[in-house]
Amino acid sequence: MSLQTFINKAISPWMQEEGPDHDIVLSTRIRLARNFTNVPFPVRAEAEKLKQVSNWIKEHFDKQSFSSYQELDYISMEGLQSLQKKALVEKHLISPYLVEREKESGVLLSKNEQLSIMINEEDHIRLQLYFPGLQLEAGLEEAFKLDDWLEDKIDYAFDEQRGYLTSCPTNVGTGLRASVMMHLPALTLTRKIGKMIPAINQLGLVVRGIYGEGSEAVGNIYQISNQVTLGRSESDIIEDLHSVVEKLIERERYARKVLVEQSELRLEDRVFRSYGVLKYSRIIESKEAAKCLSDLRLGIDVGYIKHLSTSILNELMVLTQPAFLQQYAQQALTAQQRDIKRATIIRERLGLEKS
Amino acid sequence: MECQKCQKRQATLHLTNYINGQKTEIHVCQQCALENGYIDSEDESSYSIQDLLSGLFNFNSSFAPQAEPSQVLEKEDKCSSCNLSYHEFVKTGKFGCSHCYESFGKHLNPIFKRVHSGNMAHTGKIPKRQHDRLQQKRYINDYREQMKQLIDAEKFEEAAVVRDKIKEIEQKHASSIRKEEGE
Repeated sequence: MSLQTFINKAISPWMQEEGPDHDIVLSTRIRLARNFTNVPFPVRAEAEKLKQVSNWIKEHFDKQSFSSYQELDYISMEGLQSLQKKALVEKHLISPYLVEREKESGVLLSKNEQLSIMINEEDHIRLQLYFPGLQLEAGLEEAFKLDDWLEDKIDYAFDEQRGYLTSCPTNVGTGLRASVMMHLPALTLTRKIGKMIPAINQLGLVVRGIYGEGSEAVGNIYQISNQVTLGRSESDIIEDLHSVVEKLIERERYARKVLVEQSELRLEDRVFRSYGVLKYSRIIESKEAAKCLSDLRLGIDVGYIKHLSTSILNELMVLTQPAFLQQYAQQALTAQQRDIKRATIIRERLGLEKS
Repeated sequence: MECQKCQKRQATLHLTNYINGQKTEIHVCQQCALENGYIDSEDESSYSIQDLLSGLFNFNSSFAPQAEPSQVLEKEDKCSSCNLSYHEFVKTGKFGCSHCYESFGKHLNPIFKRVHSGNMAHTGKIPKRQHDRLQQKRYINDYREQMKQLIDAEKFEEAAVVRDKIKEIEQKHASSIRKEEGE
C-alpha cells in the first residue's frame, strides 16, 4: 500500500479540513453519555441484558444515515483483531476502556468518522462528535440533533432532578464532556502554561496533555475540557469552556509574537533543527518525534516554513503512534523497529509535500 | 547551550539588550533567571481566575471546598433493583443502574456537591418525549419563586399577574391529563 492510500485510510476526512482558529486549535470534541432505562449499567449488567442493548442499536441504527453522518456502521469489538482496536483508539474513535470491556461492546461509526457512538462502554451509549478547529457551539447543536434522533427509538434513563443518569457520578446531569485539543508551543516554551493550569482548574475545567502521561504534554498538545456536568446547562458549560479557550488562544498568539520578536534567530534555529531531524533521521523515538513535529508546526504557523501544509502535525501525530506504524508495516514490530519505521514514515510524508 | 551563570543547566531564556546602540546577549536557565531578576516569579498573580474569566458573565463562585459531615456508612443499604450495596458503590465509585440514584438518594447530595462545584440538580437538556411536562414544571417553579419575591417586595399587583400565569399553565396541564385519561 502506498503511503498516500494509507494516510487516506488512517486519517479521518474531517482532520484534513481547516476549522476556525486552526493555527492553535486542532479539534473540538463533544461527548454525551446516555443510558437505556430499565437496563443495569454495563459494569453491573449480565451479558444477556447488554446484548439487548447492542441488538437494539444494530436493529435501529446500523446502516442508517442522519444528516451529514452517512452509512453508520456497527463494529463489534469481538470481531476485531487487537491491532485494529488499537488503531481505532489512536484515532480517538473509541476509548481504551471500550477495548477492555468484553461484554457486547461495539461502536457505531459514520462514514466520515466524525461521529462515533460507543455501545456498552461505561454507559450504554457514548455519543462522540469531532470537528476541526474550534467549533463548540456548532458542535453542541449537532450533538443535540443526533441525541434527539437516538431518543426517538430509545427510552433514556432520565431523572427530573438529576438529569441524564450515568454510571459514574462525574457524568450525571448533562452527560456532556466538551473538549478542545490545542497546540500551545509558545506558552509551554515560555513556561506560562504551568501557571495558567491551576486557575483554569478552579473554573471546573480540566487541562491535560493528550498523548503522554499525567500532566506532561507530549508535542505541546493539551486537551481542555469541562469537569462539571450537573447544575449547569449545556450551553453554559460550552460558553465557559469557549471563553477560556479564546483566552488561551489570545495568550498563545501573543507569546508567539513575543518569541518571534525577541529571539527570532533562536526560534528559527530551533524550528529548522527539528525540521532537519524529521527530514533526515533514520531512527526516532515517539517523544522526540512529537517535540520536533510541534516545532515544525510552529515554524509553519509563524511563517518560517512556507511549503508544508498545516495538517502535517495532526496527521503525523496519529501516523507515528505504535499501532499505526505496525498497521503500515503490516506486521508486529518491536520498540526499536517502530523507531525505525517512524523515521521512515515521517521522511516519506515530508517527501509527499514537495510536489 | 549551557547557562552563562551556573554553567550547569541548559539555557532556556535568551535575552537581547540594546543599550545606547550596544547589543548584549544573555543566555540563562530558568533558575538563574529567577535568581538574577531577569524574570519575575510573581507573575503568577496575573493569571487569576478573574483574569481568565474576563469574558465570562453569570459566574458564581461556588468552588470553596464544602465542609461535609462525614458520611455514615450504612453497609446494609442496597439498591432495590440491581442489588448493589452502598458500600460497593463507594468502593468502585460507579452506580449499578439508574435506580441506584433513588436507592442511595439521601447519601448523594454531598457527593454531587463535591464533584460538581456545589451543584445538585440538573438544569440542562430534557429528553424530547418528556419535554413538555417537565418544561411546564420548570416554568411553574420559576414563576412561584418570582411570585414569592414580588410578594416580599410588596408588589402585589405584579405578583397577581404571575399567579395567573401559574394558574394558566396548571389548567392547561390538568386538561391535557383529562384528555389522555378520556381516551
